[in-house]
Amino acid sequence: MYGLLIAIGIVLLLSVLWMVYRIQALISVAKGSSKKIATTSNKVNAILLMVFLIGGCILMFWYSIKEFDNYQLPVASEHGVITDQLFWVTMAVTGFIFVLTHILLFWFGYRYQYDDNKRASYYPDNNKLEVIWTLVPAVVLTVLVFTGWRAWKDITAPAPEDAHVVEIMGYQFAWEIRYPGKDNILGDYDYRLINATNSRGVDFSDKNSFDDFPAQQVVIPKGEPVLFKIRARDVLHSVFAPHMRLKMDAVPGMPTRFWFVPTKTTTEMRAELGDDEFEYEIACTEVCGRGHFSMRRVITVVEPEEYRKWVSEQESFIQRNPDLISDLPSDLKELAEIHINESK
Amino acid sequence: MAVANVSSHDVEHHEHEHHDSFITKYIFSTDHKMIGKQFLVTGIFWALIGGFLSIVFRLQLGFPDMNLEFLRPIFGGWIDETGKLDPNFYLALVTMHGTIMVFFVLTAGLSGTFSNFLIPLQIGARDMASGFMNMLSYWFFFLSSVIMFTSLFLEKGPAGGGWVVYPPLSALEQAIPGSGLGMTLWLIAMTCFIASSLLGGINYITTVINLRTKGMSFARLPLTIWSFFLTAIIGLLSFPVLFSAALLLVFDRSFGTSFYLSDIYIGGEALPNTGGSAVLYQHLFWFLGHPEVYIVLLPALGITSEIIATNSRKPIFGYKAMVISMLGITILSFVVWAHHMFVSGMNPFLGSIFMFLTLIIAVPSAVKVFNYLTTLWRGNLRFTPAMLFSIGLVSVFISGGLTGIFLGNSAIDIQLHDTYFVVAHFHLVMGSASFFGLVAGVYHWFPKMFGRMMDEKLGHIHFWITFVGIYMVFFPMHYIGIAGFPRRYYTWTEFSFSDMYTDLNMFVSAAAIITFAGQMIIVFNFFYSMFFGRKASLNPWKSNTLEWTTPLHPQHGNWPGEIPTVYRWPYDYSKPGSKEDFIPQTVPLSATPESNLPHEEKLVNLEKEIIAEEGQILVANESKEES
Ligand code: HEM
Ligand SMILES: [Cu+2]
Ligand SMILES: [Cu+2]
Repeated sequence: MYGLLIAIGIVLLLSVLWMVYRIQALISVAKGSSKKIATTSNKVNAILLMVFLIGGCILMFWYSIKEFDNYQLPVASEHGVITDQLFWVTMAVTGFIFVLTHILLFWFGYRYQYDDNKRASYYPDNNKLEVIWTLVPAVVLTVLVFTGWRAWKDITAPAPEDAHVVEIMGYQFAWEIRYPGKDNILGDYDYRLINATNSRGVDFSDKNSFDDFPAQQVVIPKGEPVLFKIRARDVLHSVFAPHMRLKMDAVPGMPTRFWFVPTKTTTEMRAELGDDEFEYEIACTEVCGRGHFSMRRVITVVEPEEYRKWVSEQESFIQRNPDLISDLPSDLKELAEIHINESK
Repeated sequence: MAVANVSSHDVEHHEHEHHDSFITKYIFSTDHKMIGKQFLVTGIFWALIGGFLSIVFRLQLGFPDMNLEFLRPIFGGWIDETGKLDPNFYLALVTMHGTIMVFFVLTAGLSGTFSNFLIPLQIGARDMASGFMNMLSYWFFFLSSVIMFTSLFLEKGPAGGGWVVYPPLSALEQAIPGSGLGMTLWLIAMTCFIASSLLGGINYITTVINLRTKGMSFARLPLTIWSFFLTAIIGLLSFPVLFSAALLLVFDRSFGTSFYLSDIYIGGEALPNTGGSAVLYQHLFWFLGHPEVYIVLLPALGITSEIIATNSRKPIFGYKAMVISMLGITILSFVVWAHHMFVSGMNPFLGSIFMFLTLIIAVPSAVKVFNYLTTLWRGNLRFTPAMLFSIGLVSVFISGGLTGIFLGNSAIDIQLHDTYFVVAHFHLVMGSASFFGLVAGVYHWFPKMFGRMMDEKLGHIHFWITFVGIYMVFFPMHYIGIAGFPRRYYTWTEFSFSDMYTDLNMFVSAAAIITFAGQMIIVFNFFYSMFFGRKASLNPWKSNTLEWTTPLHPQHGNWPGEIPTVYRWPYDYSKPGSKEDFIPQTVPLSATPESNLPHEEKLVNLEKEIIAEEGQILVANESKEES
């Protein structure tokens, strides 16, 4: 019933619009206004351009200022401070150009609307101007790029020797985390070794893997360099830790890496934001299938002492599941067993 | 010599003109004007489909709790029992939306329409160099469309790996259902599409080089033609690379090769492929992908240059600078592709190189903007719908171009890559800008296409809804992107950093629906005016270019008699001394002594000789025809 009423309403509305449209068209033909150029409609459009400029500017500034704390994510890594700074410097430069060019665009639109008594000025070129506005953007951009390049070079430089290594492996649809243990060296892996008990394909015939341990969260120390070794098991994924300003694709068959220095512990950040629930998070930013939107992991940043304590409390893979070494040749197996016993 | 050739063609032409049946006239036409219209109508069809898909996934993002039961008649099982959209289908929608908009609407619908329609008309040619190849170009596009459209209805859905279809996701059916038959059809459709683009492009290039009328030197080409010409060159050089990328993907998918696949464990088994590189595909794809963004953008810039000059009643400012910057963009567009891959795991040193190259390409883009602004300065502006859309284009081009400076800076791109900031960037600079160019072109050349006028008032309403709407949709995405919201997410509530802005996303979705609904105005205006619009006059915008010297309904062959000769550049608007505020390209300099500039006076003598020569040929022809 309602459907029918709505349908009738819509039909009526459309026919009214239709009639207005026809009458308007007929009147304009009768008045011959289609021949004139400096019509009211031309003026109205010119005014609307100014309205758009002013309204748009007000909206933009109002919302940008009001929402600043919402869209400006807190930053918690050393390089993040630098890239944020670059971001806001670029924002200032481009924001200025943005407003300036739009003022010119819409103001010219309004100011030079058609006038029957006037004539446009014949002004086909001016090489000096062209050179100026080629060089000025070129110089500004060079400065911006150059500072960006220096930051990029530092960020992508090899990690310090003593960086804490964490392996992050993406698969559909989660991340697996592996720590290298006391030796800070991850054991080898091979995707052909992956099975139900060894989801990362760790090669336990490599002695470096004896002390490797899994974790449910990425736990890292504040103020010390951390190196993420990133890989993928099935399709592309991308590790994105927004508060760390960190992103790196996980590529099957091609390990990647990203190192950084966290600057605030989770507890400090909670206090700063006044939010007891706050967690640093890892998300996936390379489309990887159905569960792409739900590949969440938590990063917990702690004080260095707490970190060392945490590491010493973790159980290695082979401690958790001694079956993992059951197929090893006897000499290696012995070594592994010694390792298990030692850490008990 | 050239003139003689053309006129003999002309004679032939008169003989077969009358045999056009319905099929050869409207379907298998070799007339560039009809082919242009075919591209346009197909493009409109695709724009509606692509727009509709985006509305569906915007519903999901803006109103996640909404019951989408009412879409079941269209999407069937993709709406689950609780009225929710399936996440796999969400990805398929996003993928199809991107593919359709980038390739079918803004490449075929824009270049296909206007290169076809305008190149012969504006350079003074009877038709394209090869009418037959041109027809093939449309029919390959049509075939591609049919295949892509079919893939929408597959049981397992169309391709779903994003419009860039990165392997391994797109190579392995185990990874996502869309990588089965849907992806196969995607690849076949794109192959046909590439064939269509190449056939079209070769034709545009040859036509511009070889078939310009007498006096139409390169320096006198309207900027529209320059842009179509350069676009065709970009396409010709980059589409084959996409083809090879797709071909290798086909091999990986169907014949067990490992170009892109390596060390993969999926669905409980380790695949045998080793040694491939997923990043290789990205390099190949973006080698087309970045030039592609200029393939959709340059024609729009060309179209606006023409429209802004005409409706400002002023020469375009810095014609030479405009051409040079387009040339610069053409060349540079081939050396910036890896800025899409800063965090793909490629060597960071490459990242540095591509950061420098990328920021160089921003310079010619800036020059173009300043030239547009100066063209408006002290003009006498008529706000036709086409003009408004052109001004709108300049605005969105600025907005979107500036955010490119953030993204081109690899240090900043670490955070912004694959977030909504990128979505905002390319929807403004490429999506909206070229869409505005397309619409502006339709409003401007409609009288030439159909001999009737579109309704101005409706055009104005359409512009304001679209312009405000586009900003309401894409501007807020910057905030969402700065906040770190990733792209291609079915929902953001899984993460606490992105579990906000539900209100803003709702706003964006509502704005998107209104903007999409607003497009019905132009669809109506277009089809209604085609049959019932006011009759157009021969040169409704008082424009200088050659297409307005043809009859109201030009036949195949465009000009009934001789092809007009060109004596001047196309931008003699408001020239001091001349009575009218425009002097068409066909008016000899010798006929306008009152407005000639000093250096043009010298050309007058030269011109007189040419005219004399032409007169002789005319006489000769006439006597030939009589005998
Ligand atoms: C002028 C016309 C331009 C067009 C048509 C255009 C188009 C695009 C498109 C489609 C993307 C999306 C890629 C994706 O799927 O992720 C994109 C991203 C990008 N654009 Fe532009 N762009 C233009 C200008 C610029 C400028 C002037 C710059 C730099 C100065 C720039 C830098 C970038 C960068 C670096 C990305 C990659 C961002 C990322 O993926 O994180 N673009 N652009
Ligand atoms: Cu993902
Ligand atoms: Cu690009």
